[in-house]
Amino acid sequence: MKALLEVKQVSKEFVIGNILSREKILAVDQVSFEIKASEIFTLAGESGCGKTTMARMILGFEEPTAGEIMYSKEGPKGEKKVWFTQGFQAIFQNPFETFNPLRKVDSYLFETVFNYKLAADRDEAIGLIDSKLRSVGLSYDEVSGKYPSEFSGGQLQRISIARALLTDPALLIADEPVSMVDASIRMSIVNLFKSLKEDLGMSILYITHDLATAYYLGGQIAIMFRGNIMEMGNVEKVLMEPKHPYTKLLRESIPEADPSRRWKDKITITELEHEEYLRKGCKFAGRCPEVMEKCKAQAPETVIVDDVYVKCHLYCSA
Amino acid sequence: MENNASYVLKTRNLKAYYILDDLGKKKTVKAVDDVNLEIRKNEIYGIAGESGCGKTTLMKTLYALLKPPLRLIDGKVLYYRDGEEMDIYALDNEERRKLRWEYIAYIPQGAMSIFNPVLKIKETYRDFLDSHLSGKTRDEIFEIAREHIRQLGLPLKVLDSYPHQLSGGMRQRVAIALAALLKPAVIFADEPTTALDVVVQRGVVQLLNEIQDGLENTIILVTHDMGIHANITDRLAIMYAGKIIEEGNTDEIFDNPLHPYTKYLINSLPRFGDRGSRVSAPGNPPSLANLPGGCSFHPRCPHKMDICEKKIPELNDQGNGHKAACWLLNGGEGKDEGTS
Ligand SMILES: Nc1ncnc2c1ncn2[C@@H]1O[C@H](COP(=O)(O)OP(=O)(O)OP(=O)(O)O)[C@@H](O)[C@H]1O
Ligand SMILES: Nc1ncnc2c1ncn2[C@@H]1O[C@H](COP(=O)(O)OP(=O)(O)OP(=O)(O)O)[C@@H](O)[C@H]1O
Ligand SMILES: [Mg+2]
Ligand SMILES: [Mg+2]
Repeated sequence: MKALLEVKQVSKEFVIGNILSREKILAVDQVSFEIKASEIFTLAGESGCGKTTMARMILGFEEPTAGEIMYSKEGPKGEKKVWFTQGFQAIFQNPFETFNPLRKVDSYLFETVFNYKLAADRDEAIGLIDSKLRSVGLSYDEVSGKYPSEFSGGQLQRISIARALLTDPALLIADEPVSMVDASIRMSIVNLFKSLKEDLGMSILYITHDLATAYYLGGQIAIMFRGNIMEMGNVEKVLMEPKHPYTKLLRESIPEADPSRRWKDKITITELEHEEYLRKGCKFAGRCPEVMEKCKAQAPETVIVDDVYVKCHLYCSA
Repeated sequence: MENNASYVLKTRNLKAYYILDDLGKKKTVKAVDDVNLEIRKNEIYGIAGESGCGKTTLMKTLYALLKPPLRLIDGKVLYYRDGEEMDIYALDNEERRKLRWEYIAYIPQGAMSIFNPVLKIKETYRDFLDSHLSGKTRDEIFEIAREHIRQLGLPLKVLDSYPHQLSGGMRQRVAIALAALLKPAVIFADEPTTALDVVVQRGVVQLLNEIQDGLENTIILVTHDMGIHANITDRLAIMYAGKIIEEGNTDEIFDNPLHPYTKYLINSLPRFGDRGSRVSAPGNPPSLANLPGGCSFHPRCPHKMDICEKKIPELNDQGNGHKAACWLLNGGEGKDEGTS
């Protein structure tokens, strides 16, 4: 199947520090992946690994320093310009920041409808808004005339998803959509993503550090660390038989809801984020339990092992 | 009276409400509603529940940190120290100050952002020790701070750093370390891992475990993250709409949840190796200012019976110390709604 979105060797450089000590970091370092129609693609990794920067480049908020991002010409409405505004939509981490506390929540929904000319009059707009709110388990009557403070975090997040659905996007970009909400609301949102994919054939770029929900959703996953994709492939393979030592660490660090699997080993947290970004060889060498001499000198190539992309010297021959 | 030697903290019918004036109308938010806890020495006791169910309010009430509009309505908070029972609300200010930090310490929700931004961490240590240990020199105090940081496996350079130079995870660990400094018998930790990254969360859990192992004290850990509870707590209480609705050994609660709400909570959690569909509880939690009659969970409960709308079930032992408050189980006499 043809890819909906293709990210090719994309890098993003930032300059950090002050006038006295300026340093360049590659927040995204030659990243490549593709998202197919009706597919869930998870971008996972700890804080500061470049996930949001990647999402902002896809959304066109940020120019890549190098590389190319290509959107399928066969997007919902054909040409690239329309694709840019209607082909994908995004939702963000903190639902309380998406909505101005002094503005009624439904005004955001009407705004989107009229901006994109999705309805001819108010009645038609209400019909459309109601149908999208219903697909996230709410209704126009429950939402109309209310302010953000009258909703819970989970309800607000569902309203922002309904707003994103108004344009019938082919791809929904969700940057940490559940990290602020608790377990029961988290599952209702994740289940919603599942049905968007299954019932509407939508693709979802799910950005998270919660590997348990990523596993539940299925599809493809890329594990990022300090700008690099360390491992990428089918969720089942990557999370159940992790190959990269970083994927293993991340997987073990998810507190599982099972008291018979409490953590036993200890971990060390030493290096600072930007020190790791500035490392020469493999960015994970400072924390890797299987580090070798060459890891500190030279960054590994990405190789394919058992249908999974892995960027680690353990798997590079010779 | 039963033997209290193995307990550090008990509450009796504890009620703390926010009394609000809403445009001339009195509004009562029942955030802690008839809570009976019995917390033992040398255990990690978890309190779980959805956002807004009253966890933070309960912590504040146990620590006697009530400020209007939050008021103690009824009940007692009893601490046990050297065989002596102390009612925290009956102590005078000086006695209460001594009890706090030396015997009970509190790490509030969002603790990582409460450091004074213009003080280096070691100055914060000094302020803290000055007010609790008298007659130590500056150097002696810094030495205590260094030794403490070293023992807990944190990098010594944090002492010479300003808060903004440390990551959120490191600041959180320093806040926890400070709370443990005077070797308190009870540490309250409110959402210490929330908003932190996975790997860093694990570092925080590791630190809490080390402190508890070293001091053999009691940690009361509040979080909505069930994975954290499964990982670190010995016993677990499930809170719903201001009440404890289930309590037991953590293993028991995860293996055999009894209350329908707890069942949803546990069974909806995603698990590696099993991608079967997970359903969370239908509907939304009730407003604490306008609770449904009887059992607060009844509007969302698939097993609702007539009595559930009328009477509040008691938190009763359902065998082996595993308690639950539900009319499907042994609900006792129950309480009529409106008796509170
Ligand atoms: N505009 C910017 N200028 C300088 N540095 C930046 C900028 N935006 C991001 N960075 C840096 O780039 C790195 C990657 O940041 P990014 O926000 O993409 O990470 P993330 O994976 O989304 O993290 P989180 O999980 O915390 O959201 C970080 O070190 C960050 O500090
Ligand atoms: N100062 C206040 N005035 C009025 N109501 C309040 C106040 N503080 C909290 N509440 C209400 O009391 C209830 C319990 O709040 P609390 O902060 O104890 O919940 P929580 O379980 O700690 O939630 P979270 O998981 O979000 O931290 C909520 O309904 C909240 O809206
Ligand atoms: Mg981000
Ligand atoms: Mg709280």
